[in-house]
Amino acid sequence: MKYALLIYSAPDTNERPYADAREAWVDYARAVKEAGILLGAEQLAETDTATSVRVRGGQRLLTDGPFLETKEHLGGFFLIDVPDLDTALDWAARMPHAASGTAEVRAVRTGMAWQAVLG
Amino acid sequence: MGTDGDPVAGVLEHAYRDEWSAVVATLARRLGDLQAAEDAAAEAFAAAARVWARDGTPPNPGGWLMTTAWRKAVDQLRGNRAIAVDPQQFPDTGAASGSEAPPVTVGGDDQLGLVFACCHPALALEVRVALTLRFVAGLTTRQIAAAFVLPEATLAQRLVRAKRKISESGIRFEVPGPDALAGRLDGVHAVVYLVFNEGYAASGGEQLIHADLCEEAIWLGRLLHRLLPEDTETAGLVALMLLHHSRAATRQDPDGGAVLLADQDRARWDAALIADGTAILDAAVARRRPGPYQIEAAIAALHAAADSFEATDWPQIAALYGTLARLSPSPVVEVNRAVAVGMADGPHAGLAILEPVLASGALTGYAPLHAAHADLLERAGLAAEASAAWARAERAMGNAALQRELHRRRAAAAESELGSRREEPRSFGMKIFPTGVETSGLGP
Repeated sequence: MKYALLIYSAPDTNERPYADAREAWVDYARAVKEAGILLGAEQLAETDTATSVRVRGGQRLLTDGPFLETKEHLGGFFLIDVPDLDTALDWAARMPHAASGTAEVRAVRTGMAWQAVLG
Repeated sequence: MGTDGDPVAGVLEHAYRDEWSAVVATLARRLGDLQAAEDAAAEAFAAAARVWARDGTPPNPGGWLMTTAWRKAVDQLRGNRAIAVDPQQFPDTGAASGSEAPPVTVGGDDQLGLVFACCHPALALEVRVALTLRFVAGLTTRQIAAAFVLPEATLAQRLVRAKRKISESGIRFEVPGPDALAGRLDGVHAVVYLVFNEGYAASGGEQLIHADLCEEAIWLGRLLHRLLPEDTETAGLVALMLLHHSRAATRQDPDGGAVLLADQDRARWDAALIADGTAILDAAVARRRPGPYQIEAAIAALHAAADSFEATDWPQIAALYGTLARLSPSPVVEVNRAVAVGMADGPHAGLAILEPVLASGALTGYAPLHAAHADLLERAGLAAEASAAWARAERAMGNAALQRELHRRRAAAAESELGSRREEPRSFGMKIFPTGVETSGLGP
């Protein structure tokens, strides 16, 4: 199954995972790659650069900022392919930020009509 | 499912209890989908009600139900055409039908796999409890909702979401590997014991005991013990529940009031349950792999063996609580240890153990802490302090039957404060509440 491991951390700890702990993330990325489970991984720009879009009554409404004002923000994700949730949880627990932030594990849906378009 | 006196309905209901969970377990493991398994099982039981009434009960009702449920599941999946299913992957599915169906042996691994899926740590605790009661114990949604004083719709919704999460998030119906097994099994024990505790001292509502929930928990425990005979803590848990439950008939007076351990009619304790629990415990202890449930069961066995409250081996119980406190330290264990030490070495020794717990503020809302404190204060001759502690206990208690008893004790303490004759010392708290798992937040 495919899983997205979503990287959530509080803004004040953002520097740690991406700068100070750069090496830990490099190690993690290498481990995921060598395990042969990696489908993709991206790091997102800071949440204060986010723009949220809603369309209500035909009107486009933009909000300067993230959709949810939460303490922990989505900073990036790894997309992996592993047999089951237990294995995905193991990989999530190994993420360097898991000790201070949160790794949210979400299974990826497959077989959807829109996905057929992408081939 | 049939009418009273109908022999087929009787057999079917018996089969329901014994086989429904097994059918669901086997189907869920093969389909990876609890909802599909539940639907197919329901269709098979509906078919049984029709066919067995007409043709008679098959020689192997469980096998008949399993085979029929599997066919229904395959038909359903073929109809959906979303997933390709190979009917051959199900063992022992012969061409025979009806009462001629071949016997299907149900693997214990299927049932264990279902237990571990229902108790998966990725599910919230109250969800694990609901799933386990519904699919492992085979209770109806209505029965579970009634036991936990929840609207049926709320519980049904919780189950729907849980089933979807299991199938969509990839929770497997498998026994965890050796690395994860011990930790996962602790989680399963916690769910079973939580069900028992909820039955033993209902956290909300009028009734003191939901005996049904206690019996369901014991049933679940025995199932686990049968599937994992080597595991000593599973045995300890079963023994503990049996020993606690042996006192069920004496813990409540005819008016629904709580009867404390010291006042219970020991002649009415269930000797068969005590013998059963003690035998299971002895066999587990002989394997020399001690754990918290075995220690708690040993404490309960000492209570069960005592001819009277006074004749109880308090020093031994205090020592066992000491071991338990080292093995799995918790403020709740300290409260029970304080009560036991208070009986063995006097109220001041008990109060000394309780002081750090009170000072930490960890259990401020926990009624047994204040009740134990009040009782020790009372026996130490500190009537005014005792009365205040009884009041705190009463405020913290969610169960109405226990609250009435606490109120009675407070009134008695207040009376003695005014110079009236003091009531005979009695112990509250000791083993009214099982230790280990705190009562759940399952109420509305």
